[in-house]
Amino acid sequence: MAVEGLATLSKEELRKKLLQPDEITGSEILLRSLLLEGVECVFGYPGGAVLYIYDAMYGNPDFNHLLTRHEQGAIHAADGYARSTGKVGVCIATSGPGATNLVTGIATAYMDSVPLVVITGNVATTAIGTDAFQEADITGITMPITKHSYLVRDVRDLARTIREAFYIASTGRKGPVLIDIPKDVSAAKTVFRYDEKIELRGYNPTVEPNKLQVNKLVQAMEKAERPVILAGGGVVHAGAHRELIELVEKTRIPVVTTLLGLGGFPSDHELWFGMPGMHGTYAANKALQNCDLLISIGARFDDRVTMRVDGFAPKATIAHIDVDPAEVGKVVKTSIPCVGDVKAVLTAINAKIGQTASKEKWIAWLKELQEKFPLRYKDSDEELKPQYVIEMIYETTKGEAIITTDVGQHQMWTAQYYKFKHPRSWITSGGLGTMGFGFPSAIGAQIGNPDRLVISINGDGGMQMCAQELAVCAINNIPVKIVVINNQVLGMVRQWQEIIYDNRYSHIDLSGSPDFVKLAEAYGIKGLRATNKEEARKVWQEALETPGPVLIDFVVSKEENVYPMVTQGNTIDDMLLGDD
Amino acid sequence: MSGTRHTISVLVNNQPGVLQRVAGLFSRRGFNIDSITVGTSEEKGLSRMVIVTTGDDHTVEQISKQLYKLIDVIKVVDLSDHPMVARELALIKVNADPSVRAEILGVVDTFRAAVVDISPNTMIVQVVGDSDKVDAMIELLKPYGIREISRTGVTAMMRGTNK
Repeated sequence: MAVEGLATLSKEELRKKLLQPDEITGSEILLRSLLLEGVECVFGYPGGAVLYIYDAMYGNPDFNHLLTRHEQGAIHAADGYARSTGKVGVCIATSGPGATNLVTGIATAYMDSVPLVVITGNVATTAIGTDAFQEADITGITMPITKHSYLVRDVRDLARTIREAFYIASTGRKGPVLIDIPKDVSAAKTVFRYDEKIELRGYNPTVEPNKLQVNKLVQAMEKAERPVILAGGGVVHAGAHRELIELVEKTRIPVVTTLLGLGGFPSDHELWFGMPGMHGTYAANKALQNCDLLISIGARFDDRVTMRVDGFAPKATIAHIDVDPAEVGKVVKTSIPCVGDVKAVLTAINAKIGQTASKEKWIAWLKELQEKFPLRYKDSDEELKPQYVIEMIYETTKGEAIITTDVGQHQMWTAQYYKFKHPRSWITSGGLGTMGFGFPSAIGAQIGNPDRLVISINGDGGMQMCAQELAVCAINNIPVKIVVINNQVLGMVRQWQEIIYDNRYSHIDLSGSPDFVKLAEAYGIKGLRATNKEEARKVWQEALETPGPVLIDFVVSKEENVYPMVTQGNTIDDMLLGDD
Repeated sequence: MSGTRHTISVLVNNQPGVLQRVAGLFSRRGFNIDSITVGTSEEKGLSRMVIVTTGDDHTVEQISKQLYKLIDVIKVVDLSDHPMVARELALIKVNADPSVRAEILGVVDTFRAAVVDISPNTMIVQVVGDSDKVDAMIELLKPYGIREISRTGVTAMMRGTNK
């Protein structure tokens, strides 16, 4: 890959070189600070207000930058990098339109608590507020969708600001932090100092949980006869998957995982009952509705999980473990709050928990439901079913690949039929539901995980919201396997229009889309197509055996729906199961 | 919004944009602001905002928790939970022909308010007190014809030695 480090110095030598108190420009301060934060690759797109910064990159052997073809591609790539590695993702764009093109990506990261440091250029401090060329108030625009933001008006504040930004982005409930750097600040010089100590009076995330809260939770867990764990993205963010497995092995409490929690608990575990919610499994939804103790771990009771809130988990005492105190009690009334880092809380519980009540009857009932109402679809030998494609991808990769998706039906089918074994292997826009996320996020995931197989699963709609990034894969030989689940329609919208809007199909026909194979070839990427099961097996095998990027166009049936489905206004045990 | 009135004191970093962060949080999450005042505090670099809002316990708890998530917010206190002093200042420009001046001055005296400007036909009355007192003053001046009202919004503080 072209972005691999060219550096010849050892880590210590490089660090020593970077920490020299030289008088350098804001741009050089930025690059040095990013390297000192351990940034391996920055995703970006140049422009007028960041010219000094890009000039500082020129010929810099230590600094890696990946040029995307759209700022939105850059930030989604940084997001995929962050989600798949657990490190902070970094992207750069210029002022005005460059910065506003990042907005969707910032909101995407914010909703899913992804640590990003987003760097934008701005017009010179003397021009700010004058409606100068390519000026936009990006700190103002992004205030509601960032964890924090900075407008750096003095070069002497820059190094400290970057240090703080990384600290804020990567601690507590993680999230995107924006640093807006006016052009004159990136040009101005000062002596470089990179202080390790950070003082932020207004920012003290709770890590260690309150002992009384832990005790209360442990007691409730010991007594419960029908408990269930709802594991969310917080388990993955905190790196607490081992602690969660330990807890489940100790207590035999059944687990369901939210969309973002997939991979946070191994799906081949006998006590895993799937994903709950709007398109959740029958057993998972029944588990939540019939449990006597619901332990939410790093999940935030999103409306796609709870559906009708006043009928959600009606028999349960709710316990909520979360690093963000504002999530506790926000949506559902919580009897046992437990604020702290998920890993720290689970470690404390594991150290404390003793003999628990037998729940074998409860487990047996859930297993019976799981057997009676599995995920299913009507297979066909004539046409290719999208679920079949996902199952095939799962079987051939044995759940070991990193999978990114876009948003819609293919996303739900992947969540249902790809059985994730490991954390940080499932990259999807859950909270914001951003179309155009799937493919560029895979580029970032591949950069962060050069030795793993990265597969990006997209619909034919979302693929066209980010197709320009094919150039990035081609030119840098980034070996992402790009899957298009092509049903020639905006499938999830079609499904809603069929079921809820009485077959009134309004503006969902994607006729006129390009031939995706030819599109890939136009960028110099191998393109393959399958229209039935046999072809699908054959071309998929070929794709896996091909080094470098490949796009595979799976032409699937148009009328397929995602089931189970809970329609809005209903409780999660009120599921449409499909007609077969 | 249903619920009771709460007076919340928020200690913040005196940074550009901090008012926007706080006010934006309220509008984004559907919390209402009856009034908001901002000024410097006892400590250099910090400002104190006093926000009057209406909401049930759940809403007020969310307001406090969401405010704490802002990096520039140092401390949030719901003063309504404690004995407090709350004061507001209002300037009221009222029609005051020479024939009614004495009468108006009588009202002003009773309220321990002050006349801070006088012209041939108008006066500006300055009243300080809790919001009810200001409201009452305005009601009493209405019959004379109020031309303009400017209120500061409530600023407040806990009674006693507690900070």
